[in-house]
Parts: sequence; C-alpha cells; structure tokens
Amino acid sequence: MLQYAFKRALSLCLSLCLASVVIFAVVEIAPGDPASFMLGINAQPDTIAALRAELGLDQGKFVRYLEWTGGMLRGDFGTSYTYRSSITDMIAERMWISLPLALYALALSTLIAFPVGLYAASTRGAPGDVAVMGVTQLGIAIPNFWFAMLLVMIFAIKLRWFSAGGFAGWDDGLFIGVKSLTLPAIALALPQASILSRVMRSALIETLSEDYIRTARAKGLSRQAVLWRHALRNAMIPVLTIIGLQFSFLMAGAIIIEQVFFLPGLGRLVFQAITQRDLIVVESVVMLLVFAVISVNFIIDLAYAAVDPRLRHGP
Amino acid sequence: MIKSKKYIAATAIALTAVASTSFAASSDITVAMQLEPPHLDPTSAAAGAIDSVLYSNVFEGLTRFASDGAIIAGLAKSWDISAEGTEYTFHLRAGVQFHDGTGMDAEDVKFSLDRARSEDSTNAQKALFSGITDVAVVDSTTVKVTLDKPNGSFLFNMAWGDAVIVAPESIEGIKNNPVGTGAFKFQNWVQGDRIELARNDNYWGSAPALESATFKFISDPTAAFAAVMAQDVDVFTGFPAPENLPQFEADARFQVLEGSTEGETILSTNNKMPPLDNVKVRKAIAHAIDRQAIIDGAMFGYGTPIGTHFAPHHPDYVDLTGNSQHDPELAKKLLAQAGFPNGFETTLKLPPPSYARRGGEIIASQLRAVGIRAKISNLEWAQWLEQVFRGKDYGLSIVSHTEPMDIGIYARPEYYFQYDNPEFQALMTDLSATTDTAMRSEMLKKAQNIISEDYVNGYLFELAFTTVADAKVQGLWKNSPTQATDLTGVSWLD
Repeated sequence: MLQYAFKRALSLCLSLCLASVVIFAVVEIAPGDPASFMLGINAQPDTIAALRAELGLDQGKFVRYLEWTGGMLRGDFGTSYTYRSSITDMIAERMWISLPLALYALALSTLIAFPVGLYAASTRGAPGDVAVMGVTQLGIAIPNFWFAMLLVMIFAIKLRWFSAGGFAGWDDGLFIGVKSLTLPAIALALPQASILSRVMRSALIETLSEDYIRTARAKGLSRQAVLWRHALRNAMIPVLTIIGLQFSFLMAGAIIIEQVFFLPGLGRLVFQAITQRDLIVVESVVMLLVFAVISVNFIIDLAYAAVDPRLRHGP
Repeated sequence: MIKSKKYIAATAIALTAVASTSFAASSDITVAMQLEPPHLDPTSAAAGAIDSVLYSNVFEGLTRFASDGAIIAGLAKSWDISAEGTEYTFHLRAGVQFHDGTGMDAEDVKFSLDRARSEDSTNAQKALFSGITDVAVVDSTTVKVTLDKPNGSFLFNMAWGDAVIVAPESIEGIKNNPVGTGAFKFQNWVQGDRIELARNDNYWGSAPALESATFKFISDPTAAFAAVMAQDVDVFTGFPAPENLPQFEADARFQVLEGSTEGETILSTNNKMPPLDNVKVRKAIAHAIDRQAIIDGAMFGYGTPIGTHFAPHHPDYVDLTGNSQHDPELAKKLLAQAGFPNGFETTLKLPPPSYARRGGEIIASQLRAVGIRAKISNLEWAQWLEQVFRGKDYGLSIVSHTEPMDIGIYARPEYYFQYDNPEFQALMTDLSATTDTAMRSEMLKKAQNIISEDYVNGYLFELAFTTVADAKVQGLWKNSPTQATDLTGVSWLD
C-alpha cells in the first residue's frame, strides 16, 4: 500500500510539473503584452519599456518561469501586473466567496439529488419516475447562466426577496452572506442536482438487480428495506465519485455565474485577469485549480485502493 | 397651555428625528459602472475606469474639466502666462491638505510634474508633459513651469486625470491607497466588487452633499439591467445595454441621461495598405456607409453622426457629414475609377465593445453591397493593440477614440492609420504654437476639413454616454468631457 501511495504521489508531482510548463507556455504564447494593454493607445514606447522593466517583463521567459514556480513552492504566487498586490492575498480573499459558494451548491445538489434519485429508483417505470427523468433531462439541458437570469428576474426584480447580485460580505453575519450566495448557489446546483439524481437512480437500479439483493428479498425483506439497507450503501460508490468530480467543477465552473451575479470570486478574478492580460494571475489561479483537481483525484485513487485491494497491485 | 407646548416640543423632536433619518438615508449613494480600475493610480495607467472613480472626487489637478468640458481653475486658483507663451506661473490655493493631513504646496506640484515627465515615468499620457523643460518652486504657493515652445493646449493638458497632483509622502502606496486633495477620501476597496469613498471634511472647496459613496463594478449587461431594476444601485454610468434604456425611460422610478462624450467612433483605415492608400477607394468606402443605419442598428439610436474627427458639442465643430452621404451608386463608380470595378477584399478587425462588434457586421454588409468584401475577425483588446494598433496589420477596424481633442493624432505618420500629410502636420505645429482663441478656432476648422476631404477614416458617430439613475438623484454629469463621475455636486431630491 505504501509503495502504491508513493507511486501515486510521484505521478502527482510529475503531473503538476508538466501542468506548470504547459500553463506557462500557453499563457505566454497568447498574444498581447500586459504593459501595452495597461498603458493604452497614447503611450510612448519609452513609457512601455519603463513599465515592462518595472513588472520584470524584460527578463527572459525561462528566468520568469523559474521565479514563478520557485515562488509557488514557497507559497508565494508573486505580484499581479495590474492590481500590483500579492496574488496569494487576492486568491485567499476570493476563496472566501468561491469556496462557500461551491460548498453551498454542492450541499444543495446533494440534498435535492438523494431523495429524488431514491424516489425514482423505487418507483422505476411509474409516472413519478418518468416525470423525474423528464425534469432532470431539462435540468441538464438548461444553461445555468440562463437559469440564473430567470432567478434574478423572479426573485430580485419582481419579488425583491434577494438583491440582484453582489456579495454583502461575511462581516455582517452569516445569514447576510449566505443570503447573497443563495441565488447563485441554486443556479449552480440545478444541473449538478439533475446529473446526480440520474446517477443515483441508475446506480440504485443496477444494484437492485444484483444477486445479493434477490437473496435479501428471498429471505423476506420488503422492497423498501432492501433499498435502504442494502442497495443504497452499495450504490454510493459511483455517486461519491460524481460528487468529488462535481466539486472541482463547481470551483472552476462558477466563472459565468459569478459574472451574472457580479460576485467577486475566483472565477471573476480569472475572467478579469484574462481580459487585462494579467498573465501571472491567470497562470497562478489555473495552476491552483489544476492542483485542486489532481489532489482530489489522488485522494480518490488512495481511497479506491483502500477499498479495493486489487488496485494496489495493478499494472 | 403647558400641555400643548409640550405637545409641540414632542412633535418638533419627532419631526427632527424623522428629518434626520431621511437625511441619513439619502446622504449615501451607490454608483455602478462596467469596468473596475486595475489599480488606483491615475498617473500610471490608461484605464479610464481609474478616472471614472477618482477624477475630481479624490484627485485634483492644477486645472480641471467642468461638466461642459470647459477648462477651469483647480488647485491653481489663477495663472499668468508670459508674453512669449512659454512660462506659466501658477498661483496655488493656500491651505489645501491631502487626505493624510499633509499640506499641498508648490513642492508637491513640482514633484508630480517631474515624476510624470521623468525618464522612468510610467504615465500613459506622457506626451502631455513633453514640452515642459523646467518646473520651479517660486514660493510655497507659486510654481513656474517653463515650456520649450508655446503650447496653446497646456492648460487643457493639465486638466487631464493623468496630470493630477500627488504627494511624495503617499506615492508609495498610491495603487491601493490613493491620497489626493479632493472632496472625497478613499476608504476601502473590495477588489472585484466595490470601492468606498467618504466625504473629506477638510475640503478646501464647498462641501459635497453626500457623506459617502460606493462604486460597484458590474460588467455583464444583463446583470447591470437587473441591478438597476432591483434598485440595488442608485446610478449606473455608461449603461452597457442601450436596448433596455426605453424601459427605464418609461419607468417613473428612473431617469435616463443621454449625454455626449469625446469618443469619435471611426472606421479606422490603414492608409498605407493597398488599395486603401488610394483616396478614391477611401471615398468610396465613406459613401458606402449608412451612418444612421449603424447608429440605429448597433447603438439603438444613441449617437450623433460625425463627418470628421471632432466632438459635435465642441464650439469649433464643423458638420462635414455632407462629404460622405450614403450613396452606394457613387461608391461603385468611385471604385471603378480607382480600378476596382469588382471591388476587393480586405480585413475588418474588431475589438470587444458592442459598438465595434455590432457595427462591424452592419458595415461589412454595407460594404458588400458595393463589392468590398471585408473579412471580419473579432479580437480581444490586448490582441487588437498588438495586431492593429502596434503591428498595423489590418485593413479596416472600428474603434472609438475617447481622448478629448485628439485631432492631433492625424499629424503622426507612424500612428496606426498611417496618414502622412505634411500640410496637416504643419497646421498642427502652428496650432500648438498659437494661443489666440479666434485663430485657433479657424485652424481647428481647417484641420477638420482636411481629414474629412482626405477620407482618412470612415467617420461614423460620436459615442453617446448614457446614465441610468434613480429619479431623485440630481447633479450628475450628463456629458462626459473626460472619463469622470464627479460626485461633488450630486445630491438627493427630497
């Protein structure tokens, strides 16, 4: 097991190194000089040169790559070109919105998907199940930014229960903060809940056709008891995998939702940084997201190996 | 009797309480705009968003723009100009303080101007200071600026947001903590979300009615609409969705202000790229374009047609739209004369703003009607700067030139549209050496005629500046002579 874990850790490090090279190369190759962008169309060439020197852009690409990766190893992402403040601080600040938002959406989608999936599986083929399948199909098909706009129209403009966007901050209490994240979380959660319900349903149905379920039924347990006691537990494995994947998706995928609700989160930071050619911020945030996804996979790999001994000795 | 007196007193107290609460509720304002400033130093970036928040509110210059675009006194209460026009002696207001409590004096002015024109300056408008040869402190409230030659627009230059007065004591942290002399103090910046300002109680001028102001940044047009509709924001300056404006106009809760800007929106033409180097071809393009269709189609009717590179609200503006009336037949004839009876192919590279993206499609179809096949490519700003502006690798482009009084760019042959006309260049040199108002006016009119008759670019329309505000907000700038949201005169109507 230890050897397996070591191998996985090595592959994690290699993936990260490779990712850092690719990210740096792609972002640097993209056209557009940050200094020219910041100084606009009336800037004189000597001014642009002065700013490039100030930003350290006059150094070679290789030197800048080493400085960037070296800094990251020490937990320092460097200084933003446009904002001129520490990227580590900026990311930390934005995390206080993006992380709770992702968790909130994940909680909502799980809370919706579990009962819905259970219900659909237990009434397979009945009108209720058909209705659930139809609605979840719609939920997957509806773009979440459109759904977000719909929510704003109804709950912010018509009913005025929520503000149309923005984030009130955590200083005024948990309730106010959670309230301003509610509409975005619902918008984010809808497609995820639909996917999860369907996965839940099909996993349950598949487990329900296993031999041990028939045995359980044969020994006299009711359908409901079998569903709750035996099927649910075994159906959880694919469901948990999907939840794990969804979390990375929610962290990275909130870019558009953060635009619609003008939330100052990580997604908006990347979006702004891309348009402003704040290359180092783009590189750092993308790297962080890659790190998050790879780490989640690493943990899932280890968890699988712990559960299933066959994996430890795989090729 | 005593009873009734008591009653009156109680009523009075109650009334004052009511009055003061309503006053407290309406001494704050939330202003939204699309773009967030990258940082808060107006003297080292081109981003107009910086001035949109800070100009006149936090930072002030020697002179300043009034709401009608006139140049009026700022931190300098008056000035004398030497007979040759090369020496400007500025008399500063006495007793002005920066927000950190340090005094503003002649040393600060010298520091600011010297910093902007220095070798390692990162001022995006360094050209504004290029004629300065010396800045001398005469006494604490007097500064003498010497120019290499007379410059008729020097006072105008000093009114720009890039020429505001900053202090050596606070320059280090200016990008995140701007310290100026204005009527509002910077309080807080939640990056990605909002900037908060508070009234400066030590302001030298008349105190503003507002106690505090919050600037919010909402880039998505749909979100902008929702925020105004839900009354989350009181004012939205530069409202990004003109298609929604009629809805606000019809709603008694809101007012819509339509003002002019300094943004000449033009079909930029590469004057060195064949066949666009042929004036007949450029003239053909000009006649192929139907401006009103572009204004209606791309801007939902907001915008003023222009026939030259000059703001229509300026007193010296000449209406030259007649030089390029929509006439596709004439355009075809001109193309045939130029040797392109079947038209030709060129590129149309468009930056992100909707005037360019929407306008580009309309122009491309108008050009196609006379045989010119313009291949559209959509670029990000950074790409546009690299390919079009610096690389000059384009045939046509659409961009709004938002700098005030920028007709001088036509005298720079290396500028991206590459117009090289010695007569125009000589005229501009004479203009900057002329201080006589009547003569300057004549010269400016002549300059407008030259570029209009040379069809340097396709002149489309002056960008409109639309603000949506709560109906009870008064004192907002309607026009936009420079990028600014001057809140010093804004108040709530009760």
